[in-house]
Amino acid sequence: MGLEAKLNSDGFLVTQLDAIIAWSRKNSVWPMPMGISCCAIEMMAVGDPKYDIARFGSEVMRFTPRQCDLMIVAGTVTYKMAHVVKKIYDQMPDPKWVIAMGACTSTGGMYRSYSVVQGIDQFLPVDVYVAGCPPRPDNLLNALITIQEKIGNTRGRDFQDIKLPELKVLQSN
Amino acid sequence: MDIKELIKTKLTLNFPNYQIEFSEYIDEFCIKVDKEHIVNICTFLKDDEDLKFLLSEDITAIDWATRKNRFTVVYHIFSLKNNFRLKIKADVDESDCSIDSVTSVWRAANWQERECYDMYGIIFKNHPDLRRMYMPEDFEYYPLRKDFPLMGIPGSLSLPKK
Repeated sequence: MGLEAKLNSDGFLVTQLDAIIAWSRKNSVWPMPMGISCCAIEMMAVGDPKYDIARFGSEVMRFTPRQCDLMIVAGTVTYKMAHVVKKIYDQMPDPKWVIAMGACTSTGGMYRSYSVVQGIDQFLPVDVYVAGCPPRPDNLLNALITIQEKIGNTRGRDFQDIKLPELKVLQSN
Repeated sequence: MDIKELIKTKLTLNFPNYQIEFSEYIDEFCIKVDKEHIVNICTFLKDDEDLKFLLSEDITAIDWATRKNRFTVVYHIFSLKNNFRLKIKADVDESDCSIDSVTSVWRAANWQERECYDMYGIIFKNHPDLRRMYMPEDFEYYPLRKDFPLMGIPGSLSLPKK
């Protein structure tokens, strides 16, 4: 059994293109670490050998949005910072996903105040919310697995003819 | 001589015409001056050989909401020579919501006064660069005033389009 046995006997395998693209896509989700406050410390713990996000193929934290599929928004987003987050999100190539990590990012958390956005879903399409203040690293891994399930169910044509609202934004600027 | 006594005698000797109130609470010495004299007093406290208040630690304000003089600007200054911390207070009324800038005395006061202006809307005259510190440039309100609601004014801060 296994891939090696199969390749030794036949030298090829038959599958759907959609299936293999979704499989490879979901196992190489490159995160954009949008670490804004204390949640970023837990996000770093996810990368260390104990929790080891590399087991899920997501160890490549890219600090440029142009190489990323997944934005992990980890921390308190103020109104002033919201424009920066959105600008970075707009630069990520499609298809892309967003994790809202922690209470502040999801709902404003304990910062019920004039300066903090009460939930980043007011300006970003969030795929997974992570509970906790800050969430344990396991919880963030759980969110990643949920995202992987979501990606695994996609097919290539889901992303065809996708509208790019950010292009309009760029042109209007 | 005790440093508090020294400050008292020096100030009364050098500024006989100024109204200066001295007070002390839990070992924190405080002087209260008229806002017109703030630069003169600060310059003296910094330049005097025995006092040498070289460090401006913080400049902030209090909003009393209902009092006649609505705001009190508070300066926290520190003398490294004497290891002594001094508070200076100056009342500012809402109708003439301004006070002279002490950036000519301490350069550190630049950002501290900007923060105070951002949060309370007190104008610091002769400040070289009086812009907002934390809030966006086009924000029209002053968040730490008592009449500002905790959750802000809806629509006053813009969000990016979804």
